[in-house]
Amino acid sequence: MSIRLTALAAALMLAGSVHAADPIKVGFVSTLSGPGAGLGVDIRDGFNLGMQHLGGKLGGLPAEVLIADDQQNPDIAKQATDRFLKRDKVDFMTGIVFSNIMLAVGPAVFQNQTFYISANAGPSQYAGAQCNPFFFNVAWQNDNLHEAVGKVVQDKGFKNVMIVTPNYPGGKDAVSGFKRFYKGKTEEMYTKLGQLDYAAELAQIRAAKPDALFFFLPGGMGINFVKQFVAAGLSRDTQLFAPGFSADEDVIKAVGEPMMGMFNSSHWAHDMDNAENKRFVADFQKAYGRLPSLYASQGYDAALMMDAAVRDVKGNVADKKALQKALEAKRFKSVRGEFKFNSNHYPVQNYYLRAIGKDAQGRVTNKTMGTIFTNHADAYVAQCKMK
Amino acid sequence: MTQLVLEQALNGLQFGLMLFLLAAGLTLVFGIMDCINLAHGSLYMVGAYFVAAAAQAADSFWIGLGAGIAGAALLGLLLELSLFRQLYRRDHLSQVLATFALILIANESVRVIWGPAPLMLNPPESLAGPVEIAGFFYPAYRLVIIGVGLVVAALLYLLVAKSRVGMWVRAGAANREMTEALGINVRGLFTAVFVFGAALCALAGGLLGPLLAVQVGMGESVLILAFVVIIIGGIGSIRGALVGALIVGTVDTLGRALLPTLLRATLPADAAATLGPALASILIYLLMAAILFFKPQGLFPARA
Amino acid sequence: MAFYRPARWQNAAVSVSLAMLIALPELLTALDQSYYTGFATRVLIFALAASSLNLVLGFGGMVSLGHAAFFGIGAYVAAICYDAGIHEGLLVLPLAALVAGLFALLVGAISLRTRGVYFIMITLAFAQMTYYLFISSSAWGGDDGMPIYERMQFAGFSLLADEALYYLALGVLALCMLLFARQAQARFGRTVQAIRENETRMEALGYPVFRYRLVCFALGGAVAGLAGALLANLTGMASPNLLQWTQSGTLLVMVIIGGVGYLWGGLVGAVVLLLLEEFLLAWFEHWHIALGLLLIGIVLFAPRGVAALFGKHHG
Repeated sequence: MSIRLTALAAALMLAGSVHAADPIKVGFVSTLSGPGAGLGVDIRDGFNLGMQHLGGKLGGLPAEVLIADDQQNPDIAKQATDRFLKRDKVDFMTGIVFSNIMLAVGPAVFQNQTFYISANAGPSQYAGAQCNPFFFNVAWQNDNLHEAVGKVVQDKGFKNVMIVTPNYPGGKDAVSGFKRFYKGKTEEMYTKLGQLDYAAELAQIRAAKPDALFFFLPGGMGINFVKQFVAAGLSRDTQLFAPGFSADEDVIKAVGEPMMGMFNSSHWAHDMDNAENKRFVADFQKAYGRLPSLYASQGYDAALMMDAAVRDVKGNVADKKALQKALEAKRFKSVRGEFKFNSNHYPVQNYYLRAIGKDAQGRVTNKTMGTIFTNHADAYVAQCKMK
Repeated sequence: MTQLVLEQALNGLQFGLMLFLLAAGLTLVFGIMDCINLAHGSLYMVGAYFVAAAAQAADSFWIGLGAGIAGAALLGLLLELSLFRQLYRRDHLSQVLATFALILIANESVRVIWGPAPLMLNPPESLAGPVEIAGFFYPAYRLVIIGVGLVVAALLYLLVAKSRVGMWVRAGAANREMTEALGINVRGLFTAVFVFGAALCALAGGLLGPLLAVQVGMGESVLILAFVVIIIGGIGSIRGALVGALIVGTVDTLGRALLPTLLRATLPADAAATLGPALASILIYLLMAAILFFKPQGLFPARA
Repeated sequence: MAFYRPARWQNAAVSVSLAMLIALPELLTALDQSYYTGFATRVLIFALAASSLNLVLGFGGMVSLGHAAFFGIGAYVAAICYDAGIHEGLLVLPLAALVAGLFALLVGAISLRTRGVYFIMITLAFAQMTYYLFISSSAWGGDDGMPIYERMQFAGFSLLADEALYYLALGVLALCMLLFARQAQARFGRTVQAIRENETRMEALGYPVFRYRLVCFALGGAVAGLAGALLANLTGMASPNLLQWTQSGTLLVMVIIGGVGYLWGGLVGAVVLLLLEEFLLAWFEHWHIALGLLLIGIVLFAPRGVAALFGKHHG
């Protein structure tokens, strides 16, 4: 009894404190704890740096960023999103790392007619048949980086490739992306999402003797995989390939020298030569004491993208049609250089080959080797019938 | 193929021995004190964090391991004196609730102290690479784990099966009242066993740290496996814990590695891809259910 | 020790709170806080799940740490129904209860052969097995769980509005509580409670103890499945996390906070815990430490829970 009264009183109390001014509100739900935490933290730090460069404002208006941790759990992500949409009435949502969580949260966001600016997750569903006017991806479509690796592996003439990915939609996208451009023999191995001990898989790899191995294991999974791969002595016979996700600064920092010589693909690199990127990389290092990863660059771009669109509609974010047009127009300067949005709101952009080695200062890091694709679109855009 | 089986068998042995370190303490606490301790996994987690923190501070894995074990033993002592002593006389429900509460406190405290991101613990430099055995390369560090596990298992077996203290422990597990009546300080014995179990947890956590990741929640999944081990082996039996751990370790590893291959050879590719991982992941639970069906007290029941 | 007997003053209290609960969505809408309607629905559903565990634990005396399995299976049945094109709640809800109940029957049949810590650990292990089965089978979405893009209907009425689902959950909860209250007075209920108090005696009297316990266990599982199906429709997905053993632990905590074996124990516990979570989390990110200490305090000093404070003189 009295407990129910307390509930009511609490609800009333909250009702009293409704927002007085109307800042632009951004709901940032991301994976900030557990094995995938490194990715979410990088996106968040990149986004925060973007907000800092914008003076804490979006389109010249005061802005408020609400942050929640989804613990890499679709259920918790849904609850947090629900709270941001219905209780805090945010104007933009962003931050989600993993595609499975994006797919779980998406319907509620779209139903609420709130714009989602994905700074990472780019599921094929939202690029194709389920594309949505309220969904934008400022990073890539999941397959893209894998397609680029597939092209490289094909061009380098490898014949027998083993693929290791976690058993979830992003993993499936990785396999189909890779195989779209690599036509040789493959063997696929699916691991548990969040798996940390790869002894059983490594034994199978040793028995199968592939000449190249392509793996897509984001965050802590990739760190452990590479460490154990090298410790098992497999790096002597098998060349490692990965998308940029599994070979960026977060992984390199944890693994170190064993990563040297590994090839990977990305749409961005910290050594890219443009003014925006130089400022971003330098300030990121100053603020957080580490090199930014591609995740951080995507978070940074998401902030800039919101800013440009809000400025475009002169702060009238209630006009959804106009805001959509403004977002599509892409009037900000990305740290990756030029790119534009396709009709499904996914980027059309270049993809580069990177190799891990020592730079001039003796740090183990990524170095851009060349361009794999120019103005590359995703494979699903034809299925998208956006109104 | 034989090489694959051999390598997987080594992996299974390594996994099984680590499970044994966890299950040994747990089975004694259950067996002697009739006390269910869900927080055993948390001792493993906290132990691993202690080892990682100490190893970072001392810049030496082995010093860190020693310091971490000592720290976990001390924590175990404090817990036993302050909380568990009160719990032995309570019903199982109270024990479940109190130790579940400990899990919540442990996870959150670790998050406060070390942050939400996993800690990285690296093996000693000299053990980071592979060594060649029987014509193939195997990670040196995993071999060391197997060695340490075997030595500890042997010592533990001698201690429990052959020494006087071990006799008391076994007597306590078989019949607590009678042991007390014989004038043995069961209270002190309880404390000692609990502290010893905590130290074994930290040993397992510290050894596995470089292979896995030291992170919040790492104790929970391993706790369930330790439960399965002692259910299979029989509560209160060290021998049962060892046999159970080796069975679980081997079945899980071999199942994960060989089942998909086996199914692919016998079933259509589509069905094999769906069934393989699902079956491999529940294999040990099916095994447990089967053993329980025939022997509800486990393979080596301590109370005859 | 007939805890399960509601007193007359409680009937009055129940009527008043029921009236308040019926008025709640209107009130929240008026206050522009309709987000809390969804939250209140969640509380009602967890109250149902916790009450079903209370049936097994408090009423039947079986310490089950695997109750989340039945809760989660109910959710998956709802999602699988959605996938198969069955959108009628009158079909989905009984089906969820049936499947979860049958699974509980199976688990119970093996687990109830054991006693004490064995029973606790075996229920736990079975729940974990279910969890692994669901996360590794691609047909049921694996790690991602299964989405429900559109809520089911109920007797032809749409449940799209949060208020509609709220009233459905309230109705189901009220019905189940009524069933539990009646049950406690009936022959079956009295027998199960007598078994809890003195198993040997009941066995000697010729009661089929095992069978009574099993039915009680399965009934608890069925109601948990019902709650799971409602929750899946609320959140729009069946998540494997519902099956995780920590979920069982949370339900257990709810029951114990509320009061083991008291008719309202599960309900009170769910309300208290979820409200604490919703409002404490905002101020104190690490509130689990406080919760843990509170739980240990309850174990050591108030082992009968919060509901006991209200119902003491009727014990």
